[in-house]
Amino acid sequence: MIGIYVPGDSLLHHLPAWAKVLGLVVSCTVLVLLGSLAALAGFSAFVAILYVVSGVGFTAAWAQIRPLRWFALVLFVMQFVLMGLDTAVVSTLRIVLAVALAGLVTLTTRFADMMTFFERCFGPLRGVGVDPFRVSLLLSLTVRSVPVISALATRVREAQRARGVSWSMRAFAIPLVVSALRHADALGEALSARGLDD
Amino acid sequence: MIEFTDVHVRLGRRDVLSGITLSLTERRVGVVGANGSGKSTLARLINGLAMPTSGTVTVLGHDTRRHAARIRREVGFLFTDPDAQIVMPTVAEDVAFSLRRKGLSAAEVADRVEQVLSRHGLADHADHPAHQLSGGQKQLLALCSVLVLEPRILIMDEPTTLLDLRHSRVVAELLAELPQQVVVVTHDLGLLDSFDRVLVLDEGRIVADGLPSSAIDHYRKLMS
Repeated sequence: MIGIYVPGDSLLHHLPAWAKVLGLVVSCTVLVLLGSLAALAGFSAFVAILYVVSGVGFTAAWAQIRPLRWFALVLFVMQFVLMGLDTAVVSTLRIVLAVALAGLVTLTTRFADMMTFFERCFGPLRGVGVDPFRVSLLLSLTVRSVPVISALATRVREAQRARGVSWSMRAFAIPLVVSALRHADALGEALSARGLDD
Repeated sequence: MIEFTDVHVRLGRRDVLSGITLSLTERRVGVVGANGSGKSTLARLINGLAMPTSGTVTVLGHDTRRHAARIRREVGFLFTDPDAQIVMPTVAEDVAFSLRRKGLSAAEVADRVEQVLSRHGLADHADHPAHQLSGGQKQLLALCSVLVLEPRILIMDEPTTLLDLRHSRVVAELLAELPQQVVVVTHDLGLLDSFDRVLVLDEGRIVADGLPSSAIDHYRKLMS
């Protein structure tokens, strides 16, 4: 979900958000049902073609998979040891392809369109007290918080290095949590100031 | 029109503001004071983000205690740290987010977003990730997200503190062009040269109030 929209004019960019989410659900279901290496190779080619058609570029595509590399490696090794090579390849490929497809949806969909889609999805829950706007706002703030918390973590680490402090989880976590809470406070106040707590 | 009538704000045992009585009608009002003098609290009272312990704050004829939500629709607030104000992943989406509950059509929203971004030099960055902008551009984006709502009054709490000289100048030029009444809390005394009125706060009280030249002189003496 942290993949950010890459402007473009491809067919995927023009598809409505609901169609892409539906496509993602169907594709992931198909992915789970595919058991053979040949079928998964074909599916991999399909995903690669979708990326080419979208025109988002290799860097953006790799950025979707990259965070998964260590997890994929551990998963592959464990599956290989316990279940053998074929199962290890199939399981790992399934996860990587599912993440790649989800990444493609976020790369080709404006976040505002995704928010509108989620608001529509949660609309029927209005009757039981769920505010769809607040749910989509929560989602938006979660996505927006990723680069902010990452920047805070970098700042804390740099401050430690400047003071010659070697790695210490406590010395890292406490200022990071305090900064994150301060940021949350300021963000809440800014949302109020923008009239979004009415 | 902003009116303070015998306003006191107490936080715990500390008097943050004491006996403030004011009427602000000028187009450009500056507020200066040492850290902890109560100037940010004064600004936040105008938007209804803070409430007086006693006394009343009236903005455009409405008491902030009873009509805070209504006042926030008319009074925009720009914070020091733009990172805390940006909610959406891209520039255009963040500006559009302000209009989400206005009941405008998608075309109207796009039109207003495009207008405000063009006016403030961010149109080329419309689809850029907001967190990748420079500090100055982020502050401009935060300002666009406030101005797109066309507030009648704009409050700015140290808007240039985190900016370099060039971006501070951009904000100062932009401020000069705004049609709204603007109240600016700042340590940047140069920003106040062309203002109509400057208030100096010290330990929660107004100790000088007048034209920039005399008020800033008083502030310099106070700080020396």
